[in-house]
Amino acid sequence: MHELSITRSIVESVVDRLPGRRVTLVNLDIGKLSGVEPEALRFCFELVAAGTDLDGAALVIAEPPGRAHCAECGSDFELDALILLCDCGSADVRVRSGHELRIRSVEVA
Amino acid sequence: MCATCGCGDDAGVRVTTVGHDGHSHAPDNGHDHPDDPDRARTVVLEQRILAKNDHLAEHNRTWLAARSCVLVNLMSAPGSGKTSLLERTIAEAALPLGVIEGDQETLVDAQRIEAAGCPVVQINTGAGCHLDADMTARGLRALDPRPGSVVVVENVGNLVCPALFDLGETRRVVIMSTTEGPDKPLKYPQMFVGAHLVLINKVDLLPHLDVTLDQIVTNVRAVAPTAGLLPVSATRGEGMTHWYRWLERLASPVIDERHPAG
Repeated sequence: MHELSITRSIVESVVDRLPGRRVTLVNLDIGKLSGVEPEALRFCFELVAAGTDLDGAALVIAEPPGRAHCAECGSDFELDALILLCDCGSADVRVRSGHELRIRSVEVA
Repeated sequence: MCATCGCGDDAGVRVTTVGHDGHSHAPDNGHDHPDDPDRARTVVLEQRILAKNDHLAEHNRTWLAARSCVLVNLMSAPGSGKTSLLERTIAEAALPLGVIEGDQETLVDAQRIEAAGCPVVQINTGAGCHLDADMTARGLRALDPRPGSVVVVENVGNLVCPALFDLGETRRVVIMSTTEGPDKPLKYPQMFVGAHLVLINKVDLLPHLDVTLDQIVTNVRAVAPTAGLLPVSATRGEGMTHWYRWLERLASPVIDERHPAG
């Protein structure tokens, strides 16, 4: 799974931004439509973080839901999967959120 | 190591130039932009997780543009016909082509492409399940495409992982074949939602299958309403001239800038 690459990117990004700082907690946004599985990410994190400044850090994952806007009828609705269809029948749907793959913040010792 | 599918480490990645000595050049990895660490206990980063990959992908786009080359990221499940499509394209399309092959193991696909008469580089990802922008940079430098080329990256056969990683491509093309059944776009929407073009391959087999082209098209449209759609048979040739026209338009920078393909 790509979660290992994603996890490696998280650890590298934090180490690059905060060289030499001991990180105790990482806050992530992993959107429901992002294609990344939070549980797989948690599994990888402990292994990837081992031996780095993030070793033993807690992982807090927020999962913003998918939200979409229909250009046809103007309604805003929740999107469970990437099936871009409004109840009105229109496929002219814009995804507003749910794609997030973001490191929000970290806590340092 | 990921327990889900055993995918692993970049350290196992190998780049091989078939027909040459396998010498490859180190990629230009870009540069780091370290910030001053905040003194506060909580440090706000607000950083995209894939920022580094996306940064390297932009480097690839700049490198390609300097050579007037375009890059097609070709993705599908294993066995959908990516290599067969490329073999026929090499034989029939009047375009300068280059191919970067991505597979976990073997040089089999690169040898097929070389036998078809096209410059090719094989990237073996080892345990990895997708290509990323860094591997692509290494592949591009090893391939050293001549100016004006269409470089096709045949990504690792996988409908899940490659979808998230920008390689620096100009366009994303996804192949689904009729034998996979009609429901793949609904099961793997992430792959289809970003596609500029969807090729429906093996249409010559439709008379033998309990699936119709309409069913497939309906499901592709549900997740990728604006993607181009071309039914083709890479082995029999049906529909392939439309694919070649699409590539030609992509390779022509004047037309491409004003009327983006797909």
